[in-house]
Amino acid sequence: MAYTKRLDGRKFDEPRKITAKVGVIPNADGSAMFSFGDTVAYAAVYGPKQLHPQHLQNPEKGILRCNYSMLSFSVSDRIRPGPNKRSTEISKVSEWALNPAILIDEFPNTVVDVHIAIPQADASTRCAGINAASLALAHAGIPMKDLITSVSIGKMDKQLVVDVNKAEEDYEEGEGATDMAMSFLNHSGRITHIQLDGKISTKELKEAIKFGREACKKIYEAQKQALKDVRNNGGDE
Amino acid sequence: MIETSNLTADRIKEYLSEGKRFDHRKTEEFRPMSIEVGLSKKAEGSARVKIGKTEVWVGVKMDTTEPYPDSLNKGNLMVTAELLPMSHGKYEYGPPKFEAIELGRLVDRGIRESGYIDFEKLCIEEGKKVWAVYIDIYSINDDGNLLDAAFIGALAALREAKVPYYDEKTEKVDFEKESKEKMPLTENMPLNFSIYQAGSIIFLDPTIEEEAASQGRLILAVIPTNPLKICSMQKGDTIQVSPEKFGEMLDLVEKAHKGLYSNINKLIDDAIKKKAKDKKE
Repeated sequence: MAYTKRLDGRKFDEPRKITAKVGVIPNADGSAMFSFGDTVAYAAVYGPKQLHPQHLQNPEKGILRCNYSMLSFSVSDRIRPGPNKRSTEISKVSEWALNPAILIDEFPNTVVDVHIAIPQADASTRCAGINAASLALAHAGIPMKDLITSVSIGKMDKQLVVDVNKAEEDYEEGEGATDMAMSFLNHSGRITHIQLDGKISTKELKEAIKFGREACKKIYEAQKQALKDVRNNGGDE
Repeated sequence: MIETSNLTADRIKEYLSEGKRFDHRKTEEFRPMSIEVGLSKKAEGSARVKIGKTEVWVGVKMDTTEPYPDSLNKGNLMVTAELLPMSHGKYEYGPPKFEAIELGRLVDRGIRESGYIDFEKLCIEEGKKVWAVYIDIYSINDDGNLLDAAFIGALAALREAKVPYYDEKTEKVDFEKESKEKMPLTENMPLNFSIYQAGSIIFLDPTIEEEAASQGRLILAVIPTNPLKICSMQKGDTIQVSPEKFGEMLDLVEKAHKGLYSNINKLIDDAIKKKAKDKKE
């Protein structure tokens, strides 16, 4: 049976309810929360600060480090605390996604640390994490040329959908589910991150990118509003 | 990240010796506290606790497991704490350091020894299968007194927790099926007290600067019997405590318990009611 109606009743191009808030962790230099429905991500930025151990320093420019982690109780089957293969990969991919937006060449020998935590997961956690991290970097006052927006595009059987949730991720009918996480430099539309699980033709994939770009407009608006809100509230708490 | 300077620490001690604090609190007074439950739908129970700017998240997860040989008819408890680098510039990634291990152990001991969880009711088949209760603690923003915040978070998460549905035919847990069975708890809700000493002054709920200015702490958990009973204790750091000072610390607990207990109990009740109301709407 073709996928003519989404499992949770959304339109094909409709993301789940987006919430974005800046300034959620007082100790951090910058912080933000971003959620797609039941998927919630928190990000905190510390830096630029001196990088230890010294041999990791780059005398020509500052470096960005990301760390993504899902909390033990964010999914049904408890995750053992500490890093695992999945979180290690997502940390690196998030770092690559965010790096093109930030201008830290002027801060040699320093590091900007981005910590991402997922307290509740319903798929698309890396996208929510990247969106939160992008906001936290802006909040920390790290020089940036653009915000990074991130979204997951799914192909359920033959139908493209925006912002995949867990139930859709597990869809098995027809051609099954293909899940594509992608991130963009918002204004130029350049892709800074893309990953895919499933099967898709090149033609459909091109369509999926267009779909993703379109969806990211809504994400960008939410990010922009969150940054304005924190300014209007007189900055940090 | 800026360490608390000696100058600041000296000034804090000087103030405390006159019974004063930077934020005008009394020595036994807590900062404003807030509790929220239902942080994660995927947890059996979960809570967010804020004390001043300190924020801690606690989740309870459950699963079936084999019982320990010395408690064949009882469920198991495991408490883990992570001090996230997100919560303060001083924390780093890597295997848990002493601070995190101690935090988990202190919460574990206070809850286990109080008898608050009725472990016998968490037995599925004696000698073969019991429930394991995992309490996981994460620091989100450390501005001092993580331990008391974590302990309160564990209490709130346990109070909200539902035992997941166990299918006796397939002998498997179904986390998706809605469960109404509450976590079996007793009346012995413990409360943790971290009593800090700086100079000759003892005080509760330190900020991160006050922690740095103190020479040590006495940690104890009490159950709300009449009279109060102490169910776990540990002295932290190399501080030497005279028997008289030790007596003063116990008196402070007697004095502070009643107000704190009813306050925390009410905050947890209200948080659970609010969650139930939000769910209906």
